[in-house]
Amino acid sequence: MTRYSAFSLLREGLRSHRGWRPAWRKARPKPAYDAIIIGGGGHGLATAYYLAKNHGMSRVAVLERGWIGGGNTGRNTTAVRSNYFYPESVALYDLALRLYEGLSQELNYNVMLSQRGMLIAAHTPAQMEICARIANAMRLNGVDGELMGAEEALRRIPLLNQTADARYKCMGGIWQGRAGVARHDAVAWGYARGASDRGVDIIENCAVERLLIEGGRITGVETSLGTIRADRVGVAAAGATPGIVAEAGVRLPIHTYALQAFVSEPVKPCLDTVLLYLGTGTYVSQSDKGEMVFGGGLDRVPTHAQKGNLPAQEVVISGLLEMFPAFGQLKLLRQWAGVVDVVPDSSPVIGPVGPEGLFINCGWGTGGFKAIPAGGWLLAHLMAKGQHHEISRPFDLDRFARGRLIDEAAGAGISH
Amino acid sequence: MSGWRLPSGGGIDRDKPLGFTFDGQTLTGFEGDTLASALLASGPRILGRSFKYHRPRGLWGMGGEEPNAILDVTGPDGFTPNARATQMRLRDGMALTSVNAAPDAARDRFGIMDLAHRFLPAGFYYKTFMALGWMRWEPMIRRMAGLGRVDPGHHPAADAVPMNARCDLLVIGAGPAGLAAAKAAAAQGRAVWLIDEAGEVGGSLRWRGGQIDGGDWREFASETVKAVEAAGGRVMTDTTLWGAFDHGLYAAWQRREGQPDRHWRIRAATVVLAAGAIERPLWFANNDLPGVMSAEAALHYLRLYGAVAGRRILLATGNDASYPVAAALAETGARVTLADARADGPNAPEAVELLRGARLTKAKGAREVGGAMVEGGHVGADTVLVSGGYTPSVHLWCQAGGKLDWNAGADALVPRPGTCSMAVAGAANGGFGLQHALEEGHRAGTGTGRAPRAATTGDWGLIPMRPDPTLKGRQWLDPQNDVTLKDVKLAAQEGYRSVEHLKRYTTLGMATDQGRSANFAGLAAMSAITGLSIPETGTTTYRPPFTPLPLKTIAGLRRGELFNPVKRLALEPQHRAQGARFREYGGWLRPSVYGDGEESTLAQAEAKTARETVGLYDASPLGKIEVIGPGAAELLDFCGYIRMSTLKPGRARYGFMLSETGIVHDDGVVFRLAEDRFIVSASSSHVASVRMILEEARQDRFDPRRSYIHDVTANWVTITLTGPRAGDLAHAAGLPDRMLALPHMGVAEGLWNGHPLRVARVSFTGDLSYEISVPARHGADLHARLEAARAAHKGRWIGLEAVMILRAEKGFILVGKDTDGLTMPHDLGWGGPRDKRKDEYFGRRSLFTPEACREDRRQLVGLVSEGSDPLPVGAHLVASDGPRRSLGFVTSSHVSPTLNRPIALALLEAGGSRMGEALTAFHLGETRSVQVTPACAFDPEGGRLNG
Amino acid sequence: MQIFTCPFCGPREETEFHFAAEAGKHRPEPAEEVSDADWADYLYLNDAPKGAAREVWVHATCGEFFVMTRDTVTREITDVTALPGRDG
Repeated sequence: MTRYSAFSLLREGLRSHRGWRPAWRKARPKPAYDAIIIGGGGHGLATAYYLAKNHGMSRVAVLERGWIGGGNTGRNTTAVRSNYFYPESVALYDLALRLYEGLSQELNYNVMLSQRGMLIAAHTPAQMEICARIANAMRLNGVDGELMGAEEALRRIPLLNQTADARYKCMGGIWQGRAGVARHDAVAWGYARGASDRGVDIIENCAVERLLIEGGRITGVETSLGTIRADRVGVAAAGATPGIVAEAGVRLPIHTYALQAFVSEPVKPCLDTVLLYLGTGTYVSQSDKGEMVFGGGLDRVPTHAQKGNLPAQEVVISGLLEMFPAFGQLKLLRQWAGVVDVVPDSSPVIGPVGPEGLFINCGWGTGGFKAIPAGGWLLAHLMAKGQHHEISRPFDLDRFARGRLIDEAAGAGISH
Repeated sequence: MSGWRLPSGGGIDRDKPLGFTFDGQTLTGFEGDTLASALLASGPRILGRSFKYHRPRGLWGMGGEEPNAILDVTGPDGFTPNARATQMRLRDGMALTSVNAAPDAARDRFGIMDLAHRFLPAGFYYKTFMALGWMRWEPMIRRMAGLGRVDPGHHPAADAVPMNARCDLLVIGAGPAGLAAAKAAAAQGRAVWLIDEAGEVGGSLRWRGGQIDGGDWREFASETVKAVEAAGGRVMTDTTLWGAFDHGLYAAWQRREGQPDRHWRIRAATVVLAAGAIERPLWFANNDLPGVMSAEAALHYLRLYGAVAGRRILLATGNDASYPVAAALAETGARVTLADARADGPNAPEAVELLRGARLTKAKGAREVGGAMVEGGHVGADTVLVSGGYTPSVHLWCQAGGKLDWNAGADALVPRPGTCSMAVAGAANGGFGLQHALEEGHRAGTGTGRAPRAATTGDWGLIPMRPDPTLKGRQWLDPQNDVTLKDVKLAAQEGYRSVEHLKRYTTLGMATDQGRSANFAGLAAMSAITGLSIPETGTTTYRPPFTPLPLKTIAGLRRGELFNPVKRLALEPQHRAQGARFREYGGWLRPSVYGDGEESTLAQAEAKTARETVGLYDASPLGKIEVIGPGAAELLDFCGYIRMSTLKPGRARYGFMLSETGIVHDDGVVFRLAEDRFIVSASSSHVASVRMILEEARQDRFDPRRSYIHDVTANWVTITLTGPRAGDLAHAAGLPDRMLALPHMGVAEGLWNGHPLRVARVSFTGDLSYEISVPARHGADLHARLEAARAAHKGRWIGLEAVMILRAEKGFILVGKDTDGLTMPHDLGWGGPRDKRKDEYFGRRSLFTPEACREDRRQLVGLVSEGSDPLPVGAHLVASDGPRRSLGFVTSSHVSPTLNRPIALALLEAGGSRMGEALTAFHLGETRSVQVTPACAFDPEGGRLNG
Repeated sequence: MQIFTCPFCGPREETEFHFAAEAGKHRPEPAEEVSDADWADYLYLNDAPKGAAREVWVHATCGEFFVMTRDTVTREITDVTALPGRDG
């Protein structure tokens, strides 16, 4: 592997960049592996990377039906954060954030982690009380959470709507300084390069057709490129997961919805933090290119089509302009939709399911990107050891029968 | 500076000169000009700088495909960043500023970036900037990126009007194919909507001209417009069809001179896509220099604006369509050399030097075109026009779900028949030439008989033109984002070969032109490098918008109060007259306190009055859902946690509604007015969801004919009198004696002053209370009667803040504030039904999961704290010693004016068994000691309920 | 924007509707005879089918619950049926 650095860029620049090798090997499937991961998104690739790195397993294949990083990994608004209420959630998402903090160096691939801070903005005294509840929980759980006042919020985000007819004036909110954004594609490619370098086979355009199960054990998968054997299979396929494990008799607490994201034309820097408005439900950050990258709620019609609808666009975009009336000057450049796998408590499902040797990591809903390093770390642990890491234990599927859901909305006082 | 203006000709009004500035330079255009035509005819060539290398950029095209001429514009309508010069009309006094350049486009100081280009290939940032952390470098990168700027003080009005429409046939594009389709359909009496992005119909006819059915095309166009309008259709120009959505919905952005935009949502029974095609660039060294332009665009500026691209013009092409362009330019007196890559072709137009089999390999010039190399020889030129073929505009076809096929004749991806319900006609379908467009349009409009006939027929004799990896020098594929052929080569070498990886790694096609010209170039380049065909290389997905459109157009009128309208009280004017301050509570705008002064002081005083004499408050937002019929009681028994079938008519009972997961969804009083008639009170923000729980059970579980559910919340005004003198005030206001005599939890209806009246003795404060309801239209009358009697009984209007204090003193909860999404009824001290009920009810099984049976669930408690300040709501409770683990949190907190001390409610782990225990409240690093108490802090015996 | 047809009101825009549940679920009763697992299955588990789906929807404006058959990929709607008993 050619090491990436300013020096190597200079060297290659002088010889027309002839020396760069493929970031990851274009592998063909071998007949058998020690472990197979279905899904070449961020979670699947990270799983492979940590299987190799943490657990010394390199006879590993990642099977991707299309191109790697093409699902929700490449279709999100790139926020990373751990501003959560429940200790279980904080442990999970802060593991991810901590791993993100060292990821560029570890992978030798700049994932452009920009810890520019995130504000969850409140507009009523009641919302500020909820923000205090969450900020205090964050602190007690050992992560950086602050309750920010309106004045400081305005100092950081001067374009916030302060007009007399603003429907939602910012009263302040929860601030997490370590939160921020990262370059989504780079996370997938960086893990792919790191895994490939450790011997993992990344196989694109390889669709899994069915799981092979014999005597209550997983024995491999049938794919569009033939049969591949392995006695450990991890599924990290987001909305496609229910369809893959259905054959093993596993049903999941998942509905799939389209979640849209939007990009404006690029402008010079004018928003330096990540912002979520509780009033409008719209969240936004400005990319390094200068585009406003924003999104909001789900399209509330279950779907498997990566296609957005107009009503949600109207709501999210008007929400952005309510937050920033000056952004009425901007034009919509792009819009896209990902299919997100939503669990009733909006927390992921990680754990063994069905036949022995089958593991899943799904249900990340709208928040999978920020959790990629943790999702990979924990699924790798599960696949290597056959049992939960203490951080993933609460997220096992069995929480539904126990009644112990981990519902962040519930923590915010929303009863449903 | 090479563009110039003909002394006559074009659609501009030479009697109306318009002054404008570009980067401070004063220039003149004419009425009818676009920014682009005015700049081309009079102005400088370097209009901006590219994204990465800050290379000089000049005008390329004529419409939405323009990647370079992007300007910040200050005009009569305010400030517009990133305006596409090709699509904005010039207005007098406009100030245009180049983007991504400092101090201006001509002298951009970051132009030195280009010297380092060899060290800044595609994706270079993935390989460096890691050592000190990305945050160290990011601010610098951010400053250098971005195009225009946002004017912080300019808030464009939320005035784009949303419009909804239906039509029989929607024709997208009013060029020859679209006109023919519209005409044919209108002739059959169909309501046709004909839409075009340009300011007038005609499409390419506007600059290419043409004879149709023996007359000038303008006659054909105006006949068509008349026919469409006569048949009940509509022709809309300056309108961009920007998105195809589900179930035949099309969104269109209409621009109107001097009026707000409109946003159309059109449902069309059938659609004809006649969006034409866009000319492709050519790929040669330095093909990004200002002065390199689309040949088609040059003809466009000449014919429509009398603007000529240059005086010494080289036109490089591989098709016949460029010949008329060369001829027209030669007629202006410009020296024109036509370099045709083909060995054969039409005859040389008059006064045009024709080079056959001649390929353009390089444009020369440091900052703009100063010459070119053709087949190894130098050609003098100040302007290079190019035509690399045409790319059909299939975006909307693909947005609507259509697939594409490779058509070698057209050298383009074209709609695959049968993959989408749209019809496609003309150049959008890969068929070029006027006669072809008319025939296909006629067919697509289901025309019968003979199609309109053009004077010329035409096969354009296209040959494929491709980037050539063997050429020396940089060939730009995406001029805005600075993606060159070498970048694609590098991406391929590093394995980013899938089209989506290529796009993401190099940013090819992600510029503000939506990849109109770059996408094909990228495909062609990857195909040339890998040896795979273009269809094997693949295409990226097409998504809305077709052309970037203002966010404000999509947002429409949703801003300020219209963003999410609040619900308003019928008595709001009366409350305002009494000095009420309003705040939003659960979607309703309600009085928080009355009068001037500090809010908490006022709330204290109001609460105190209510305890001492009588307080009056508007309780109208409380949900009132009538459940009527012989099946009403069994329905309520199932939906509620507490049985209501045992309730006697004329009585009320407090109850809960759970979700099926056992969580407390809402609480409130249920009234039984008659054997078969109940009213369910719901929290003001839960009315809709409570109604849905009732409806679902009614329709899915019971016989729906035996009950009926009716939300009457908005039909009634409710005023509550609370306090020891509530009865006296009610009496003085003239309430019937039999209602005054109601027992606690009694309810009665009757007629009062000729209108219905309902009075209930329920209390949210712990004091004697009368809840008085009248139909909303009689609310003012009720208010006036109470107001007349109020002063004599030392009554006071109290706002929600005081009510919050009163109910918190009693330990009465607000669902969603004092409960969270885990709270079950037994956590609130209401375990009775869970233990005793044997019948099924909503949420029942969930109350017995292992989690629901845990002893250490968070339960509702009260807290006593030190000092005179209330505890912060949201403070967490931790053990006074040992590790700081959250045991719960404060949900409500006030200073009680009656008890003269702080009171608080909290959800606390195993709270029920911790009475008297000392704990620590943690808030943002500070701590206070608290003691656990029962939730009810005031009058625990309930003696005050009866006054 | 999709158009759904409420059996009571007729065709309306999708924003007026709420998804309620996948069709065909039967509430296990009585509570004391239902295991934790079966109850969780009823409450939470789905098929989330890719393609043909039968679902219960509610038209929020009129309150009508009904069964809709549609494709979750193409978004084509093939059938809309009132709950049994509504017209009976």
